[in-house]
Amino acid sequence: MTPYLKIDHIDKSFTRGAFTTDVLRDVSLNVEQGEFVSIIGHSGCGKTTLLNIVAGLVPITQGAVLLENREVNGPGPDRAVVFQNHSLLPWLTVYDNVRLAVDKISAGTRSRSDRHQWTMHNLELVQMAHAKDKRPAEISGGMKQRVGLARALAMEPKVLLLDEPFGALDALTRAHLQDSVMAIHQKLGNTVLMITHDVDEATLLSDRIVMMTNGPSAHIGEVLEVPLPRPRRRLELAANQTYLKCRQRVLEFLYERHSFVEAA
Amino acid sequence: MSAFPAGTKIMQAPAVKTEAAIALPNGASVLPLGLSKRKQASSWLATRTRAFAASVIPPLVVIALTLIIWEILCRRAGAALPPPSRVLKETWELIVDPFFDRGGIDRGLFWHLSASLQRVALGYALAATVGIALGTLVGQSVWAMRGLDPLFQVLRTVPPLAWLPLSLAAFRDGQPSAIFVIFITAIWPIIINTAVGIRNIPQDYRNVAAVLRLNHLEFFWKIMIPAAAPYIFTGLRIGIGLSWLAIVAAEMLIGGVGIGFFIWDAWNSSHISEIILALLYVGLTGFVLDRIVAGIAHIVTRGTTAN
Repeated sequence: MTPYLKIDHIDKSFTRGAFTTDVLRDVSLNVEQGEFVSIIGHSGCGKTTLLNIVAGLVPITQGAVLLENREVNGPGPDRAVVFQNHSLLPWLTVYDNVRLAVDKISAGTRSRSDRHQWTMHNLELVQMAHAKDKRPAEISGGMKQRVGLARALAMEPKVLLLDEPFGALDALTRAHLQDSVMAIHQKLGNTVLMITHDVDEATLLSDRIVMMTNGPSAHIGEVLEVPLPRPRRRLELAANQTYLKCRQRVLEFLYERHSFVEAA
Repeated sequence: MSAFPAGTKIMQAPAVKTEAAIALPNGASVLPLGLSKRKQASSWLATRTRAFAASVIPPLVVIALTLIIWEILCRRAGAALPPPSRVLKETWELIVDPFFDRGGIDRGLFWHLSASLQRVALGYALAATVGIALGTLVGQSVWAMRGLDPLFQVLRTVPPLAWLPLSLAAFRDGQPSAIFVIFITAIWPIIINTAVGIRNIPQDYRNVAAVLRLNHLEFFWKIMIPAAAPYIFTGLRIGIGLSWLAIVAAEMLIGGVGIGFFIWDAWNSSHISEIILALLYVGLTGFVLDRIVAGIAHIVTRGTTAN
C-alpha cells in the first residue's frame, strides 16, 4: 500500500550567485492518513523549508512530494498552511478572512448560504465566532492564530500544515491552543504535519516525532513513535511513564547527540 | 447546570431595588439626581467649548494680526499693493455674486473655478488610472522596473509648464493640452508610490494567495490594492496637490475660462484686488481637494496600516 503523503528523497539547496547552500539532503518521510506528525529540530535546520516544500511554496531541487500518489508541484488548498505569524489580511474582518478561503475553495459548488454556514462552522470550531466582525488588529495573538487555523480548516485540506503555529504565543495561550488543536484533530481526523521547536508540544500532540539533524545538509536523524492513547490530557500525562520516556528521547537527541552549534 | 442559580439571582435583584426605591422619600432621591445631571451636562458643554476655542482662537488671532499688519503697511500713500479694506471694497461684487455670466470670459468666480476643477478632475482621473496601472506593473515585474524606471526618473523632473508647448503642438487645442499637463504632472508620484507599495507587500500575503490559488485578477483586487492602498493614497494626495499647482499656471498660458486665466486677465487690467481674492480662492480650493483625497484615504485604508 502506498502512503498517503510521501516525501521522497528530497534535496534542497539555495543558490545565491556562486554560492550554493545545501539545506536538506535526502529527506524521506511517509505520513499515513489521519496521522499527526511533528518535525522538530534546532533553528536553521531547514524544517520550515521542508514544510514549505510540502506546501509547494518552495521548489524542490531533487526528489518529489507525493500526495495520494500524485506529485505536488505548486501550492494549493489541499495542503493548507497555518503560518507562524498568522498572515491574516489586516483589512478584512475575521469572518471575511475565512470567507475569502471558503469562497475560493467552493466557488460554484456551494450556495451563498452554504458558504456562510461553512465559514461560521469553522469559526465555531476554533471558538472564534464571537469575534467574527473584528479586524485582526483588534484581537489577541492567540485569537489570530485560531482564525488562521479556521481559515486552513475551511479549505478542507488533505494535509494540514502547521508552521510553528504557537511559537509566538505565551505559555498559557499556547497550552490552550494545543488543546484546541488536539480536540479538532480528534473530531475531524485530519492528517497533520507540524513544525515545532517545543519538545513538550511535539510529545503531547504527535503520533510520531521526526527529529532533524542540524544544517547545513540536514536530514532526518530519528523518528519516534509516541504510543499514547487519545484523547490525551495534559495533566494526566505529566506523570505518565511513556510520555516522560518519549520526551526524554527527544531531549537526548536535541541536546546530546545533535546539540545546537551557535556558529554554524 | 450553572445557569439556574444565576437566573434566580437575577430574578431577586429587581425586587430588592423596588423595596429600596419605596423606602426612600421621593424628593430626596430625585433632587440630587437632577442637580448632578445638570452639572454633568454643563461641564460637558464647558469642555467642548474649551476644546473648540483652543482650536479656533489661535488661527483667528494670527489671521487678524496678519490683516492688521497688511493694512498698516499698504495704507501708506504710494504702496504698490492694496490694503485688505480696499481689496474687500473693490471685489465685493465678485464675492457676493460668483454666479453671473455675461458671456465670454466675463463670468463669476464660480464659473472660473468650476472650469479649472473640471480640467483637474479629468486629468487627475486619467493620471490616477494610468498611474496605478503602471505602478502595479513596475512594482510587480523586475523587467518592467528596469526598463521603465530610468525613464520615469528623468521625465518626472520636467516642470509641468515645459510640457505645455509640446502638448499644444500635439493636440492643437488649449483644452486637451491643459488636461494633458495635469495628467503628466500628477502621474509620477502616483506611479512611484504605487510601485513602492506593491513591492512592499509582505511575502506572507503572497503565500496566502498562493495557497488559495488566487488568480491574477483576484490577487490584484483582494491582496495587492488593499495592501498597497496606504502607499497609493500617498501618491494620490501628492498628485492632487501638484495638479492644482499646474492648472493655474497652464491656464494663464492657454486662456479661456479658468481661475488661472482670471488671475492673468486681472493682472493685465491692473485689478490687483481681484488677483488677491482669486489667490485666496485657489488656496481654499486646493486645501479642500487635499482634504477630500485624505478623507477617502482614511475611509479606504481603515485597518490596513494597523497590524
